[in-house]
Amino acid sequence: MKNMKNTKKMTGAKIILESLKKENVSTVFGYPGGVVLGIFDELYDDKDLKLILTRHEQGAVHMADGYARVTGEPGVALVTSGPGATNTVTGIANAYMDSIPMVVLTGQVPTALIGNDAFQEADIVGITRPCTKYNYLVKDVKDLAYTIKEAFHIARTGRPGPVLIDLPKDITTASCDFVWPDKVDIRSYRPTMQGNKVVMKQAAVAAAAAKKPVIIAGGGVVASGAYKELLEFAKLLNAPVTTTMMALGAFPASNPLSLGMPGMHGTYYANMAIQNSDMLIGVGVRFEDRVTGKTSTFAPHAKIIQIDIDPTSIRKNVRVDIPVVGDIKNVLRDMNTILKDEIKPKWDEVSKSWLKQIDDWKSQHPLSYSLKNDVIKPQFVVEKLYEITKGNAIITTEVGQNQMWAAQFYRYEQPRHWVSSGGLGTMGFGFPAAIGAQLAKPDALVIDIAGDGSIQMNIQEIATAVINKLPVKVAILNNQYLGMVRQWQELFYGERYSHTFLDSHMIPDFVKVAEAYGAVGLRATKPSEVEPVIREAIKVKQPVFMDFICDWKEKVYPMVPAGGSLDEMLLPEPEAKEEKKKKLKAVK
Amino acid sequence: MRHTISVLVENKFGVLSRISGLFSGRGFNIESISVGETLDPQISQMTIITSGDDQIIEQITKQLNKLVDVIKVVDLLEVDHVEREMVLIKVSPRQEQKAEVLRVAEIFRGRIIDSSPKTYTIEVTGDEKKIEALIGILRPMGIKEFIRTGKIAISREGIK
Ligand SMILES: Cc1ncc(C[n+]2csc(CCOP(=O)(O)OP(=O)(O)O)c2C)c(N)n1
Ligand SMILES: [Mg+2]
Repeated sequence: MKNMKNTKKMTGAKIILESLKKENVSTVFGYPGGVVLGIFDELYDDKDLKLILTRHEQGAVHMADGYARVTGEPGVALVTSGPGATNTVTGIANAYMDSIPMVVLTGQVPTALIGNDAFQEADIVGITRPCTKYNYLVKDVKDLAYTIKEAFHIARTGRPGPVLIDLPKDITTASCDFVWPDKVDIRSYRPTMQGNKVVMKQAAVAAAAAKKPVIIAGGGVVASGAYKELLEFAKLLNAPVTTTMMALGAFPASNPLSLGMPGMHGTYYANMAIQNSDMLIGVGVRFEDRVTGKTSTFAPHAKIIQIDIDPTSIRKNVRVDIPVVGDIKNVLRDMNTILKDEIKPKWDEVSKSWLKQIDDWKSQHPLSYSLKNDVIKPQFVVEKLYEITKGNAIITTEVGQNQMWAAQFYRYEQPRHWVSSGGLGTMGFGFPAAIGAQLAKPDALVIDIAGDGSIQMNIQEIATAVINKLPVKVAILNNQYLGMVRQWQELFYGERYSHTFLDSHMIPDFVKVAEAYGAVGLRATKPSEVEPVIREAIKVKQPVFMDFICDWKEKVYPMVPAGGSLDEMLLPEPEAKEEKKKKLKAVK
Repeated sequence: MRHTISVLVENKFGVLSRISGLFSGRGFNIESISVGETLDPQISQMTIITSGDDQIIEQITKQLNKLVDVIKVVDLLEVDHVEREMVLIKVSPRQEQKAEVLRVAEIFRGRIIDSSPKTYTIEVTGDEKKIEALIGILRPMGIKEFIRTGKIAISREGIK
């Protein structure tokens, strides 16, 4: 199994770096400390591995995450023991919830001290057991290379996820021959890649027979890279496609079959289509509660086909009639073949009236907001960003209203151009994720659409952006509030704004913060200033904070109140008379 | 409904914690769990007794299968199998009931594995019903303490 030719004695620290290179890693995000000094020392004159020194370990992990989301390759973070390790937990949990491949290396106290409550000891393997796909404590330097190989294998295959390797200090200083294994084979870990032929046939036949089919595509489509297959599948079935937040860009927003996003803040037409459908085809989607609303009334008339590589995703949240376990790309390719060969397409006629119905819903209630002359509407900023970048930017987001508006009013045509914390909903994710994305894609325009609250959770990473000359742009939709929470307080708690006002039109002065770090700060307070600010921000080749002082009262619509049925949507309030109503044309 | 789930796992550090964490983290209930080495010392066998509706049991078996260290999961409810549990019961009967205790132990094919002037310790192996019945009979005669191993189970024919 092991290749014993050309072996060299190396320290554990060196073995770690060489192993990373074997896995094609070129960038590591990290932060030093006592027990990882040896590894950092090896990094000091390593020409092939770049360490990006962040300002917080959470930043490092989110950067690795952003890097992974735009490339599809595992992101790597390296931190010290104790507080360094515990600071990674949010980032790891975030990656776990969104199935992002990642390898996190944590230093640990020497093996002899483990369990003694030694200085800066934390049981990070125990702490992260429920939020990693797998984790390791390496107890022998001879296991190091194999463990790293295995960790990358587990992180990137099957349903991807974060893997943590805990590295006691004495393991990194001990030496042994560096033996890089040719392959890994884990008898207890063999993800199902191919769908079952009989079941796929059954699913294809059922899908083709449906009169009101809807495809609901999730993050699994991105993980599996099944864009072409999805497009073909949709065309063959002539079925509309709704993309969950995790899948924005996996199906082009401008395609006439696109329904946009479903769920709590999904489009009216996506939710109506689901609720009236007779055949729902879930592709790489786990049917999370933000997507389904009340499950007992979810898609009440539909048979459900669910395709997923992770059998536990199937039937976890909603009833499923035909489950298909396998890699999405393989399954859709096979199902497309079945559809082409075996089923005589005559469903064009049938689907016409269904697509007509959907078009009616699209024109009845497109995504909309009321434009004002005196105050900036946050949606207007997002629309302008879309217009000016022609939809080509990589958009990362924070969490809250900013995230929803970024999902609704920017149109995603290409996969891996949307980077947002879905499952965990982590404020403070978007900015470091943007930095990680920019490192991976130096020529791309990377914009974090941020909230004034969230940006302050990892604002220190502006130093990382400036020092590494990473020209990320941050568009702060500054509504002076923890806006999404305020929206719930307005709607469900009688406008009692308990501890959601942030004073952030003044504190901090985001322009000055940017300037203090050597970045560029720009501010817009009127709608007419929005476009010039965006153009200026794109022109300068530096990191920029754009502070858009927005209407604090603006809410995200449509909205399905938590626990409600998808068709019980709150729609935008009728606008006051003096306001000029602006309706976006629904994508047709 | 009660299920006996047999799980083959890598005999590695931390595996039990991964399994128990899976149950506690998802609100599944473990009624009993027993772990031991198998013919292959690198593999351990766990027998887990749990209960839940079909959907929960389906999730439990799938989630167990998903764990990287789990080699095989079998819901024994679906296959022909035998189960056994062992119990150690310490009784301290009144003088006039001592003979009766010994007689009951014999009926249940129990063995007296320890005795003191005041107590007998009985070892009995059997299925759950037998053990429950024995405890039921001995209880009025003065059980001081009992310890159960939790069930272990094995399929009748080799499961592929
Ligand atoms: C780390 C973290 N803490 C708390 C929350 C709960 N939360 C969700 S949205 C939100 C408000 C976010 O405010 P801001 O960043 O200003 O965005 P806005 O909604 O105003 O656009 C809060 C507090 C969270 N998602 N993440
Ligand atoms: Mg805000």
